[in-house]
Amino acid sequence: MRGWRRYVKVGIGGVILCVLVVCGVAAPLLAPHDPRELRLEEKLRPPDWRVWDSGSYFLGTDNLGRDLLSRIIYGSRVSLLVGATTVIFAGLIGCFLGAVAGYYGAMIDEIINKTTEIFLAFPFLLLAISVMAFLGQGLYNLILALVLSRWVQYCRIVRGEVLSLKERDFIQAVRALGGRDFYIIIRHVMPNTLPSVMVIATFAMAIVIITEASLSFLGLGIPPSIPTWGSMLSEGRSYMYRAPWLTIWPGMAIFITVLGINLLGDGLRDILDPKLTRH
Amino acid sequence: MLRRRLIGAIPVLLGMSFLVFMLMHLAPGDPVSLLLGEEADEIDIQETRREWGLDKPVLVQYWEFIKHAARGDFGDSLRYREEVSTLVIERLPATLELAVASMFVAMLISVPIGVYSAIKHNSIWDHSGMTIALIGLSLPNFWLGIMLIFFFGGQLNLLPVAGRIGYGIQVEPITRLYLIDTLLQGDLTAFWSAFRHLLMPAVTLGTSFAAIVTRISRSSVLEVIRQDYITTARAKGLGEGTVIWKHTLRNAMITIITILGLQLGALLSGSVITETVFSWPGIGSLLVQAISTRDYKLAQGVIFFFAMMYFVVNLLVDLLYMLVDPRIKL
Repeated sequence: MRGWRRYVKVGIGGVILCVLVVCGVAAPLLAPHDPRELRLEEKLRPPDWRVWDSGSYFLGTDNLGRDLLSRIIYGSRVSLLVGATTVIFAGLIGCFLGAVAGYYGAMIDEIINKTTEIFLAFPFLLLAISVMAFLGQGLYNLILALVLSRWVQYCRIVRGEVLSLKERDFIQAVRALGGRDFYIIIRHVMPNTLPSVMVIATFAMAIVIITEASLSFLGLGIPPSIPTWGSMLSEGRSYMYRAPWLTIWPGMAIFITVLGINLLGDGLRDILDPKLTRH
Repeated sequence: MLRRRLIGAIPVLLGMSFLVFMLMHLAPGDPVSLLLGEEADEIDIQETRREWGLDKPVLVQYWEFIKHAARGDFGDSLRYREEVSTLVIERLPATLELAVASMFVAMLISVPIGVYSAIKHNSIWDHSGMTIALIGLSLPNFWLGIMLIFFFGGQLNLLPVAGRIGYGIQVEPITRLYLIDTLLQGDLTAFWSAFRHLLMPAVTLGTSFAAIVTRISRSSVLEVIRQDYITTARAKGLGEGTVIWKHTLRNAMITIITILGLQLGALLSGSVITETVFSWPGIGSLLVQAISTRDYKLAQGVIFFFAMMYFVVNLLVDLLYMLVDPRIKL
């Protein structure tokens, strides 16, 4: 692939992710209205794209008169928070277990490997749905469900990388100098798996954001009091023909965010990790 | 090899069933109070605990669970007052019909795009093909479903938006797959109705898988096209058509078919969302109903069933792969 194209992918993806981060962090400053404020007299107002003043509703209002744009801006917080937290925790757990399994081999590897196989025996979405079904709605439960269903991918890739890394000369050298196993894993082995981990983490974030939206859509995610893109879509469905904007815009927000992150992942993979690149 | 693969599957199966069993214990509070609802009194709770063996140690309970599960017995649904397995079996054909149709849609879109992208590697076709795949991968399928309903069901009024068949049409249950049953009965009106009902859900569920399959078709064709025997085929003067059809595609299809097989399991679980959007009466929507009505026995049974199907499909694909390509050692 020609060099510039992968940087275009990373550029577009990076810009979209930056917009998401800015929206999430500065939501109170950016949102034109309070996302929870009910104004029944303003309900189901169509998008008003001509004016941008305090009284207008750029993307329209929902069935309770809440401003859709403000809710989408606040909704980005949940996507970002759930996406980032899941990716970080699943990454930490998966990478650590993968590194330990690959480094020590033998019995430990066998146990960790079988555990990953058990988790892989569930399709990802089903595992998340199952855990949420029994744990119940809630932010922490959601993150837990997603971490439980996501750590395996990291573990598998990192284990594979560590298996080849541990035979390399520089690791042998540290060992010969008297480096302890824990020190070798943390300081020398894990940093060398970072490029692959970053690529997996980026794609994982895209999957996690879609899954969070799917769970909220099914009523299994975050409690309805907090605006999320998935629950907005689910609520908007009842008004699909009267007020199509209630389903079009939250869906568009999920789509653009996930597309951006996937672009970033594709570009990063081409740049950082040619081994993972499929031609 | 075969034996090793099968023996290796046993601990995974046990672990998987243990996870499903533990789900009930994951719920905050006492499982019985959850099952019976908040208004149940203490005597009822104690009685049910004893009846279901919940007063025994966890491992004993687990043993009971797998003993029953092996016989397909997951207890009774609280809401439907019927055996969980009966409910699942009743609704399974709808899910299978949807999954197979989606797979068909996915293949129809993705294999030609993937193969053509690989043949025209690094051309505008290749980049466009991969962009389409990336878009497909990023579309949340419940949103795609809602948008299809909005345009084709609502605005254009072309297709029905819910259910498996038109209201009032009777289908004699032979295979319970409506497309086949209606054809066997020779009732073309019913067949057309079933087909129209199936179209939007199949496209919705098929799209995300089409994206994955496109990428895999492309990369497996690229891999084959670079092999020495392809160069040899070209060198001995074979036409490009023969090289692509006879030598490249036949070899690349092994990988593509394996991935399709592996995706079938994932497709079944993806049906949970698509079935909910289209009110499709399969086991995916049964799971969502069970969860929303707190029918935990039913939910547990359906989850176990889904996981088992995924497991069996993956195992079968592995074994078939080994038969097709003896170089693969499991």
